[in-house]
Amino acid sequence: MKPIESFELPSPSKVNYLNAVYGLKSWLLTKDHKRIALLYLGSITFFFFIGGIYALMIRLELLTPQGDFLASTTYNKVFTQHGIIMIFFFLIPSIPATLGNFLIPMMIGAKDLAFPRINLLSWYIYLLGGLVTIYSLLAGGVDTGWTFYTPFSTTFSNSYVVATGLGIFINGFSSILTGLNFIVTIHTMRAPGMTWFRMPLFIWSHYATSLIMILGTPVIAITVLLLAFERLSGVGIFNPAMGGDPVLFQHMFWFYSHPAVYIMVLPGMGVISELIANFSRKNIFGYSFVAFSSLAIAVFGFLVWGHHMFVTPQSVYAGMIFSFLSFAVAIPSAIKVFNWTATLYKSSISYDTPMLYALGFIGLFTIGGMTGLFLASLATDVHLSDTYFVVAHFHYIMVGGALMAYMGGLHYWWPKMTGRLYPEGWGRFSALVIFVGFNLTFLPQFIAGYIGMPRRYHAYPPEFQVFNVLSTAGASILGFGMLIPAIYFVWSMRYGRHAEANPWHLPGLEWRTQSPPPTENFETTPIVTWDAYEFAPPEETEVVGKFRGEVERA
Amino acid sequence: MQGWIPIVPESASTFSWKVDALYFYLSGVTLFFTLLISGTLIFFVIRYRRRTPYEIPRPVAGSHKLETVWTVIPFVIAMTMFLWGATVYFDQYKPPHNAIEVYVVGKQWMWKLQHATGQREINELHVPVGRKVKLIMTSEDVIHDFFVPAFRTKADVVPGRYTTLWFEATKPGRYHLFCAEYCGMNHSGMIGSVIVLESRDFDNWLSGNTGSMTPATAGQQLYQTLGCASCHGENGQGGRGPALTGTFGTEITLTNGAKVTADEGYLRESIVNPQAKLVAGFGPIMPTFQGQVTEEQLVQLLAYIKSLHGAGPTTPASASPSPARAVTAPSPTPSVR
Repeated sequence: MKPIESFELPSPSKVNYLNAVYGLKSWLLTKDHKRIALLYLGSITFFFFIGGIYALMIRLELLTPQGDFLASTTYNKVFTQHGIIMIFFFLIPSIPATLGNFLIPMMIGAKDLAFPRINLLSWYIYLLGGLVTIYSLLAGGVDTGWTFYTPFSTTFSNSYVVATGLGIFINGFSSILTGLNFIVTIHTMRAPGMTWFRMPLFIWSHYATSLIMILGTPVIAITVLLLAFERLSGVGIFNPAMGGDPVLFQHMFWFYSHPAVYIMVLPGMGVISELIANFSRKNIFGYSFVAFSSLAIAVFGFLVWGHHMFVTPQSVYAGMIFSFLSFAVAIPSAIKVFNWTATLYKSSISYDTPMLYALGFIGLFTIGGMTGLFLASLATDVHLSDTYFVVAHFHYIMVGGALMAYMGGLHYWWPKMTGRLYPEGWGRFSALVIFVGFNLTFLPQFIAGYIGMPRRYHAYPPEFQVFNVLSTAGASILGFGMLIPAIYFVWSMRYGRHAEANPWHLPGLEWRTQSPPPTENFETTPIVTWDAYEFAPPEETEVVGKFRGEVERA
Repeated sequence: MQGWIPIVPESASTFSWKVDALYFYLSGVTLFFTLLISGTLIFFVIRYRRRTPYEIPRPVAGSHKLETVWTVIPFVIAMTMFLWGATVYFDQYKPPHNAIEVYVVGKQWMWKLQHATGQREINELHVPVGRKVKLIMTSEDVIHDFFVPAFRTKADVVPGRYTTLWFEATKPGRYHLFCAEYCGMNHSGMIGSVIVLESRDFDNWLSGNTGSMTPATAGQQLYQTLGCASCHGENGQGGRGPALTGTFGTEITLTNGAKVTADEGYLRESIVNPQAKLVAGFGPIMPTFQGQVTEEQLVQLLAYIKSLHGAGPTTPASASPSPARAVTAPSPTPSVR
């Protein structure tokens, strides 16, 4: 058996992508995917901080049943802006634009993405969209909910709907360009020997995500454009008083915004596949099932938007079809969870910080996914829609899923990205604090929701207070937990121990070059002769659970 | 079930236990799989923890057998959930016959309700126990949502069309009424109560609250003052315009040969946008009443039209079985909501 230690590592060089060139201009005009990833990292962290402050204000207001901390108009703006910032400016770009940008070329053995200039352009577009949105927040904010339901948003809201919509519209092009870049890169830039089924699952999940970005994002652009058009010109598209149809807006909005949920969580699933395999030193159980389940999610994800509309005047029969398809789309996610769990069987599991996040992800994503079935089921959804049950469910997917994966991935690749190690003890401690804080925040909201507490309520009947006090307490712990990595990541960039090329002792391509990598990633183009996660030679493969008569794999 | 901290809301309608039963089934399955997955994870994480820094476990081949098992079993379980949920849901929206009808108009930020017998209420709804109640709802401005947690049901209240919601209360008491669709500044103030009374108490309440005209009578007066009678006939028997008597709920043929059901949505559209779907044999001579009648007046006109059975204005629309419920206006097939 080949010990991991003996991977040939390149001779360490003093020059890497961070110090190859200096100066502000070298960053703002860079075409290096790794530097662009860091630009994204900085900007999405900024937006995450703003979104987090809004979350804090929401939780403080809801500590007591009376609307006493914020005025109701302020509260409505706060929850709207929390959603818009977190979804469009943090979650959607989070993993793809930072970790994906940094790692896709490295994992497939390429020097850069296929279109480096477009990559930089997409960051500037993101920044422009973000600036327009920040302008609209500073000018007075927006109070429509992140869902922009008509005719409230087109006719009745007196807030900065068009400016915010413009920010989202612009930002969408950044997503489209990133998706396009990833797809072309994965098709054309793989190193010799890097066949489709040797690619790490992180690449498969980003491929599926990119498909959704390209096919879905134009629809939200059209929707926002029509909304702005109606608001500015008074042409009746959605407002029934002018001959429009308000429910049409919901169809168009969710046609993008449901697949957008998968834009947020699929890259996270890719990260988890990496973490589970690499921190248990085992190849992923059922690799091709995990790979194809990502594509299945991308395809079926486009067919289930109507489950957001079971209580609208959508026909009963359409509701039944959407309900059926929503149950069907749950299956590929279940397959992933089972395969991740099976991977750990007879493996060698380390308790490093990234693995703690990965294990937390599986548990929280299971709860998030299973509670989604309550909302796919028609009769329970009628009672639960627009209650805190929905809020709890999607935070389990978005925070318990996407954010946990992002944190796990950030810790995992931090030594590669910065060449420094974060303090492992603090890492484990904060992962634990975040896990506890998260559950305390959102578990009580499932019960509050079933008892009937509607979402987006500034004040609420007193019988719901106990759940809200628990949530606010949990959110405080969660916020505290998030501050710890923020501090030690910044600290480690200057004071952390230097990382070696392969600090985790792993076989992936990104670990076969120095940390931080040189600008061109690899000194020579790698030639790939191994499968993903090949820790031990394939002839030692153990076979479990095969059909009678099935030929054993060579 | 009502311990120190409740885990289900009060049960006060015939749907409550059905939805609760499904909810507990889903919760049970969720709990089972969450414990199964997290239990297995914890077991593996302890059992297969890394013991020496250099150990490399043997790689494992995938298994079609296992993949099949954990694809088929979850799918079968998911289908039981789907079928159960769909069955209960279908009942919830199957049109009830002989229901008490109440008209509901939502506006920022209050509920305005009127009983077929004329009683008006704001943010309160009195209903009797053990009788089916059907709400015919619309909005004056933005989308609202009529949500009664104790009844386990809700429906959006959409401007420009009618939606319906029905329930049968089973337990006297006062229950929360929430607006569940975000509707602007005072959304969380758009709340009220549904008060369920014993039949006798409800009758007393009705007789003690006869202030206004019934919607049908008010509609009859509007019918005269708005000049409808000059074309549709003094008692809706027809003239230059199509007859209204006995029309509600029937299928009518349009000038382009298409057929529509004359439900609330169609009649409403024909008042505010008469040219949209002309009845065959009639010219486009009716002016629009868009902006000239309020949502409440529209509801009253509808109540009057529904009360026309051929013998002039009778008692208000009570039992006219409506084959189509609510009603996206352009739908030629009876849509159930």
